[in-house]
Amino acid sequence: MYLESVEQLIKIAKENGQTLGRMALILEAKDREVPEEHLLNIMRERLQVMRAAVTEGLQGNRSVGGLVGGQALKYQAWYNSGKSLASGVFGKAITYALAVSEANASMGLIVAAPTAGSAGVIPGVLLSIMEEYEIPEEKVIEGLYAAGAVGLVIAFKASLSGAQGGCQAECGSAAAMAAVAATELLGGSPEQAAHAGAIALKGMLGLVCDPVAGLVEVPCVKRNVSAAVQALAAVDLALAGITSAIPLDEVIGAMGEIGRELPISLKETAQGGLAATPTGKALAQKIFGRKEEKNGENN
Amino acid sequence: MDLLDIIGPVMIGPSSSHTAGAVRLGRVGRLVLGEEPRKAKIFLHGSFKETYRGHGTDRAIIAGLLGFDTSDPRIRESLKIAKERGLNYEFLLIDLPEAHPNTAYMELWGETSIARVTGSSIGGGAVLITDINGYPVNISAKYPTIIVPHNDQPGAVAKVTSVLAWHGINIARMSVARQKKGAEALMVIETDQPVDDETFKEIKRLPGITGGFTIPPL
Ligand code: SF4
Repeated sequence: MYLESVEQLIKIAKENGQTLGRMALILEAKDREVPEEHLLNIMRERLQVMRAAVTEGLQGNRSVGGLVGGQALKYQAWYNSGKSLASGVFGKAITYALAVSEANASMGLIVAAPTAGSAGVIPGVLLSIMEEYEIPEEKVIEGLYAAGAVGLVIAFKASLSGAQGGCQAECGSAAAMAAVAATELLGGSPEQAAHAGAIALKGMLGLVCDPVAGLVEVPCVKRNVSAAVQALAAVDLALAGITSAIPLDEVIGAMGEIGRELPISLKETAQGGLAATPTGKALAQKIFGRKEEKNGENN
Repeated sequence: MDLLDIIGPVMIGPSSSHTAGAVRLGRVGRLVLGEEPRKAKIFLHGSFKETYRGHGTDRAIIAGLLGFDTSDPRIRESLKIAKERGLNYEFLLIDLPEAHPNTAYMELWGETSIARVTGSSIGGGAVLITDINGYPVNISAKYPTIIVPHNDQPGAVAKVTSVLAWHGINIARMSVARQKKGAEALMVIETDQPVDDETFKEIKRLPGITGGFTIPPL
């Protein structure tokens, strides 16, 4: 499907009396000349992979670089103890976002949404709402189409890659995509959903990509939590009837502009920001100072 | 951009360029070799060289050489599986002038053949193969691709393209690479429809054609 603006999708959805998610699904099916059922099945599988990634992340495996692992498990215990500051959906979303990101960092199976580095945000937000509010699976699948449609607009107007736009393009986009989908799952109108997306993305503008040692571990795993929480707060504001002064399409445009202006050292090159801190550099040294490995007899 | 690539793909983490793309490079290597690899020397350049262990790029390339795809959980265990299957591998570091930061050069040995492949992981899991057995090429592995070595003489290309046309296969892009005039050359043809086994056999039987292999969209 070709989509230039969220405004355009809202307009078509309203004309047809559909949610953004359902409308995106219908348009995509038309575009590909396949039955909607076929697309629902593809996304159902991806939703299952997201669920399995949560389970896998809660095994507590160490990441490949060794910088993360076991955090989801630790937070889950805290959440279950009833002492955590975040309760309900918020606490679950934190747990799930951590779990999927840790699964990713330990070479688990994930759905890049929109990227592998930001893979924890959408499952964190949508799976926790799905469970806590008993939302039917089909609605959540449609929600993933709403999220995907917003991602299409971001890809068109800005970028979804940390190397091009900083982390605002990865975790920020994921937050906006999740917020739009989640608002609809909770009964918000298409306009409210777009406001939630705008509010979420505004909160992530300017976020740089500065992974320690160039690995998708620090700060990526915890940034997925930040983005998920950002998205949930934005959903709550929008459902309360609070609007964004700047519409989502323009926030996306601003994000693209900011991404272009960010220096290259803050776009996944591991040369600036946290990667360039004394501790960041020491960790990189420790990871890559390890000895060569090989098998076999040849040199 | 495609919506299903935005909420997707399903892949083994942690990085689309350092893991998923690296698996694809390995898979192309295996397809070029055309048999079970027994020995592999893998030279890593740029960011691959700097960060391959932290991203699992080594396991990813080996997984590709073993024929696994980007969502196969066995990627994690690929170094062990390589040992079990008798694939001896070695990772070496190299500086390739003007190469993309995520580039690998692979030297591969099977029971009967040898292959050399250079390719880069250019972002989002996409790859670009830039050299096969010393021939400069430009292969994305996004479309069905056939690669046909042939004697560099008039008519060879026309014969191949007419077989494709006869079977209703449309050519999306094609190029011919050669090391020197009149020697062996390499035809690279990306097609809209996959080239089935029968059609490909027919192509390989044409006069002047000295072999060939296909790369499906990876
Ligand atoms: S910091 Fe960079 S690598 Fe990490 S999640 Fe953000 S964009 Fe991706």
